[in-house]
Amino acid sequence: MSANSTKRIVIEPVTRVEGHGKVSILLDEENHVKQARLHIVEFRGFERFIQGRPYWELPVLVQRLCGICPVSHHLCAAKAVDGITGAEKLTPAGEKMRRLMHYGQMFQSHALHFFHLASPDLLFGFDAPVEKRNVIGVIAEHPELAVQGVMMRKYGQEIIKATAGKKVHGTGAIPGGINKNLSVEERDELLGDIEHMMEWSRKAVGIAKDYTVDNLDTVGPFGSFDSNHLSIVRADGAMDLYHGNLRVLDSVGETIIDGVDPLDYLDVIAEDVKPWSYMKFPFLKKLGPVDGWFRVGPLARVNVCSFIDTPEAEAARVEFMSLTEGKPNNLTMAYHWTRMIELLHSCEKIHELLEDPDLQSDDLVAPAGEWRGEYVAMIEAPRGTLTHHYRVDENDQVTMANLIVSTTCNNEPMNRAVRKIADDHLSGVPEITEGLLNNIEVGIRAYDPCLSCATHALGQMPLEVTLIDANGNTVDRQAR
Amino acid sequence: MSHGASTLVLAWGNPGRLDDGLGPALAHRLEARSLHGVTVASDYQLQVEYAEEVSRHDRIVFVDADRTGGEPFWIQRLEPAGQGVSFSTHSVAPDALLALVRDLFDSEPEAWLMGIRGYEFDEFGEWLSEQARANLDEAVAFIQAALHTNGIREIRLTAPDPDPADVIPEPADLKVTHV
Repeated sequence: MSANSTKRIVIEPVTRVEGHGKVSILLDEENHVKQARLHIVEFRGFERFIQGRPYWELPVLVQRLCGICPVSHHLCAAKAVDGITGAEKLTPAGEKMRRLMHYGQMFQSHALHFFHLASPDLLFGFDAPVEKRNVIGVIAEHPELAVQGVMMRKYGQEIIKATAGKKVHGTGAIPGGINKNLSVEERDELLGDIEHMMEWSRKAVGIAKDYTVDNLDTVGPFGSFDSNHLSIVRADGAMDLYHGNLRVLDSVGETIIDGVDPLDYLDVIAEDVKPWSYMKFPFLKKLGPVDGWFRVGPLARVNVCSFIDTPEAEAARVEFMSLTEGKPNNLTMAYHWTRMIELLHSCEKIHELLEDPDLQSDDLVAPAGEWRGEYVAMIEAPRGTLTHHYRVDENDQVTMANLIVSTTCNNEPMNRAVRKIADDHLSGVPEITEGLLNNIEVGIRAYDPCLSCATHALGQMPLEVTLIDANGNTVDRQAR
Repeated sequence: MSHGASTLVLAWGNPGRLDDGLGPALAHRLEARSLHGVTVASDYQLQVEYAEEVSRHDRIVFVDADRTGGEPFWIQRLEPAGQGVSFSTHSVAPDALLALVRDLFDSEPEAWLMGIRGYEFDEFGEWLSEQARANLDEAVAFIQAALHTNGIREIRLTAPDPDPADVIPEPADLKVTHV
């Protein structure tokens, strides 16, 4: 095979804003895959933007980074500021209000992804006609699911509004706690809908489970590969999406690291740079960049935790883990099932918290303690482990910020999924159809990457798929 | 539109990305005026959960910054269309949201889309450019008067010029990379 006989498939963005993605697949003249890569253009200016700002602005300021999960950044920055001011031991009301906010965010994010982004792939198949493979198709054939998706998303947003003060740019979390409690009226309104949310969450777990089990022959190998799995867990090993220490298991469940305080993250995690990607590649120092990469997010969290401390989600976890005899599950498409287990867990946690009288307490802020000029906080955001690391000078100004976002942690896994799917589904076929190209997107979508952006003015499109033959002719073009 | 009808002004954008914050800036100023029968909301992005809220109003005015459209702003009627959420942007186009409102909640409010021309989008910063501020002033004055008189007229229906950075390259521009 000569060097000049390759051709290139590009799934390319047409927007210049940060956070867009592009897939390039190089084929030889027999249409065998030579190379497959996912490029995510990550905007790196944010850390510089917040340098020089007073530290107490951080929880509000960092929400500007992402329009998708501002609550995760809000809470992670708040945890870091707690540490900087020596107020990390919150009052019961302060911590529980923050947790309620976090579970509301997790609930609405997972619901949106499953019902409106992933369900068309699952319900209609990866190569279904493109005009059917979207939420309009879901409305036509499963209108109840489409409505549930909207109402669950709305419910999560109402929780965020009740805890953060407003749905957007909330100010709820402040150094050492929270600036409001949950009124009885807010509590009762949210409790009024909780049974619907629980029922719909149970059904969503069932849909994801049935889909995975019924189609195991096809979804099992789809974009799958062995990997390490990383998340924070509670001291007793329970899933804890708000706070905990780092644990990493390998692909068969052997412990690589455990009990590492987020403050020591630089001792165990480093970030690799590759010339073809703007986005970094985090890895475990202990294993190095070649073997030390890991998955984060729902699949990793369910694999890594010892148990889930809510009964229905724990039962769902046990059933999920039985598929692999208690070992970590390494199926890319299992992200959907585990995401729904977390949806159910979040709903159970929301219910538990709404019944807790501590949320009506006025003891909202812990007193400041010993000042620290530097702190690191981690939180499990919907897409995976999120790290905020700050240094603050004697004038209370931020001098350094390092943020490792979830999608960055999944950079290497998503690239491997793209390569695996390209090898299995595109390699050697005489004609690459739109449906086949969608296979690539299905694999990426399982990770729910935040390819979106903070800027989204009218007139922009997020993605384009272009297929070019060996002579440089465009033979197909698909816009997303 | 009868008197007593309810209107939702729904704006979106990121105030931390310069002129991308034009929509929330309009919402902020309109909200301060407490117009009778007018509900104002803003968000970073337009999302599916607004379908239910939109369905409960008689009229909806969507507002966003526009990178390329007519100055100082344009406004036009909007009909349900589109395929809903796209690849993985987690956001939804306004006409696609109207389709969700129609198909899921059996409601078809009178809908308008306003684009306020902005100029600076590619940096972090919590301010509007000088020209964007001027455009915002005119947009606020227009929408306030229109809502006060209960009648919106279509104006400055300027087809947005494509931003060169957003244009899909012609086939001749695409290069084959040899490895």
